[in-house]
Amino acid sequence: MAIYLTKDSKIIVQGMTGGMGAKHTTLMVESGANIVGGVNARKAGTTVNLGGKDLPVFADVAQAMKETGADVSVAFVPPAFTKDACIEAIDAEIPLLVVITEGVPVQDTAEVFAYLDGKNTRMIGPNCPGIISPEQSLAGITPHTIAGAGPIGLVSKSGTLTYQMMHELRDFGFTTAIGIGGDPIIGTTHIDALEAFENDPDTKAIVMIGEIGGDAEERAAAYIKEHVTKPVVGYVAGFTAPEGKTMGHAGAIVSGSSGTAQAKKEALEAAGVKVGKTPSETADLMREIMQGLA
Amino acid sequence: MGKTVDLMEYQAKELFAKHGVKTTLGVVVETAEAAKAAAEQLGGVTVVKAQVKAGGRGKAGGVKLAKTADEAFEHASNILGMEIKGLTVNRVLVTPATPPVEEYYFSFLLDRANRSYLCIASVEGGVEIEEVAKTNPDAVRQIPINALEGVTAEKAAFIVDDAKFPAELRDQAIEMVQKLWEVFVEEDATLVEVNPLARLEGDVLEALDGKVSLDENASEVRHHEHEAFEIRDEADPLEAKAKDLGLNYVKLDGEIGIIGNGAGLVMSTLDVVAYAGENHGGVKPANFLDIGGGANAQVMANGLDVILNDPQVKSVFVNVFGGITACDEVANGIKGALEILGDAAAKPLVVRLDGNNVDKGRAILEELNHPLVTVVATMDGAADKAAELANA
Repeated sequence: MAIYLTKDSKIIVQGMTGGMGAKHTTLMVESGANIVGGVNARKAGTTVNLGGKDLPVFADVAQAMKETGADVSVAFVPPAFTKDACIEAIDAEIPLLVVITEGVPVQDTAEVFAYLDGKNTRMIGPNCPGIISPEQSLAGITPHTIAGAGPIGLVSKSGTLTYQMMHELRDFGFTTAIGIGGDPIIGTTHIDALEAFENDPDTKAIVMIGEIGGDAEERAAAYIKEHVTKPVVGYVAGFTAPEGKTMGHAGAIVSGSSGTAQAKKEALEAAGVKVGKTPSETADLMREIMQGLA
Repeated sequence: MGKTVDLMEYQAKELFAKHGVKTTLGVVVETAEAAKAAAEQLGGVTVVKAQVKAGGRGKAGGVKLAKTADEAFEHASNILGMEIKGLTVNRVLVTPATPPVEEYYFSFLLDRANRSYLCIASVEGGVEIEEVAKTNPDAVRQIPINALEGVTAEKAAFIVDDAKFPAELRDQAIEMVQKLWEVFVEEDATLVEVNPLARLEGDVLEALDGKVSLDENASEVRHHEHEAFEIRDEADPLEAKAKDLGLNYVKLDGEIGIIGNGAGLVMSTLDVVAYAGENHGGVKPANFLDIGGGANAQVMANGLDVILNDPQVKSVFVNVFGGITACDEVANGIKGALEILGDAAAKPLVVRLDGNNVDKGRAILEELNHPLVTVVATMDGAADKAAELANA
């Protein structure tokens, strides 16, 4: 098992024929993910060969789902068109929508999030590396070569820290690693992923990676205390980030006392989560837990 | 609140005026002489207000009432060049003094926790709203806004009534709320704040101050005109240079230059370096620099160029995890950068590569055998080495 994405997932790509879309569709095909087609209204009816696989191009998400039985869409659409692409996918009732695009205006994401209310779609992102269930499927840009399948679940705001942590714990492997993105508004939160990992029988322990800004980690800590029985190890980046300065990620800004790495660490520790000072130390904490479970 | 362009008061007021929000623009000047001329032109009593992107300007002595043009000159002389929260005041706004009868608070903002928008309104404005929220929370109304529905006339009326704006100002307040919403939505803001929203003589409602943050993503996608709001003279010269080179760089106060890929990993690198520094005389990271996915020779050279021009920097730590980026590309980037920079590259470089094509990457650096370059296998080990070299 895994969360959200399994070997049975059938994936389409919105923006498959663009530069980023084509590059990563190729990598997803090469990883063994079941990519079944793409969407581009202007190229509907054509076929594109990516990663050695002939992939049909459809006019819209609804048609692609009807023709292929797809249940996951990965969007590599430019930021100006991301909102419309998301609404198209939500209207088609795609069960899982993974939005990789970086630089989406936050008011567009706010509208998409409001639009999701009461609909049947789970959105991951935007501005995220997507989701990988190693040796099963990949919907996003996480390199499938970093780590294999195993008992750890990982949820992270940051892409490169996801890679770093998968690399550190490659000797154990992962059920699913999900990058939720660092934008101020995102579709799937730490809490959503924690709940799913708690309910996934194959996930034995969870790594949660956060960074400064907002209070998502504090809320996740409260959730863990109440609802998560599996061991959780945490890491928070940004202890030395100066107050009030943006550090690249849209969400990573500290204003005032709330949202600091220290506050997040304390909240997590109060919930019984072991928090590492560095990625390596965090991996060591997880290693101890895994040895205890063995 | 997200990556934003934060506006100064006079810029916020320009946006207010553009959308029909009642406000008084005044005159922005950069010298005391010009402030005097502006006060003469406006006539009567004026206010001289420091223009910096920081709160607490009044408390810092950056807002003064001038009864005459000569007083405006004097105040402007004192305020220009003043430092407020580390920011130098390079311009002042001279406006007619319009003493408020009452002061209210109003804002629209992005609400991360609820993944929507929030309106905050209070008839107890003019002061620090956080204090009012603590002492009299009922007086600070927080009204969620549905991102799809927005602020209709009915919603605006609800807000005004909920915050208990005086009945005689109700219609004006409803109009003001709708226009401020127009500013928020049409300009792609993440914050539109008016404090004080003032009731003037004759029951006129006016935005006496304004704070606006604009979403930088939206500026790039559909508001290129917002670039004109970026004021460069406040920025650190190295930050300005990095911006010109298209680099995501933030200057910090330390000795170890940092280059990495991905904001999360770079933030983590700063932390790891700071911990390592504790064992090496307290050396600290000198900057944040995220070169993202495209770590080619030119990007690497640009990054190194900015960092090596920081006189505080004693050593540089390049920390890359090759996800999509291949480590051999990064290694070639470092090699190329050292060729481009030549003798300008005079500080030791500690490089840690991992991930995609790591063996090829490390082999390239080994073959390069550059006297300034040390390759260390782990992130913690490399941070320690960089700290040691910075403390040498």
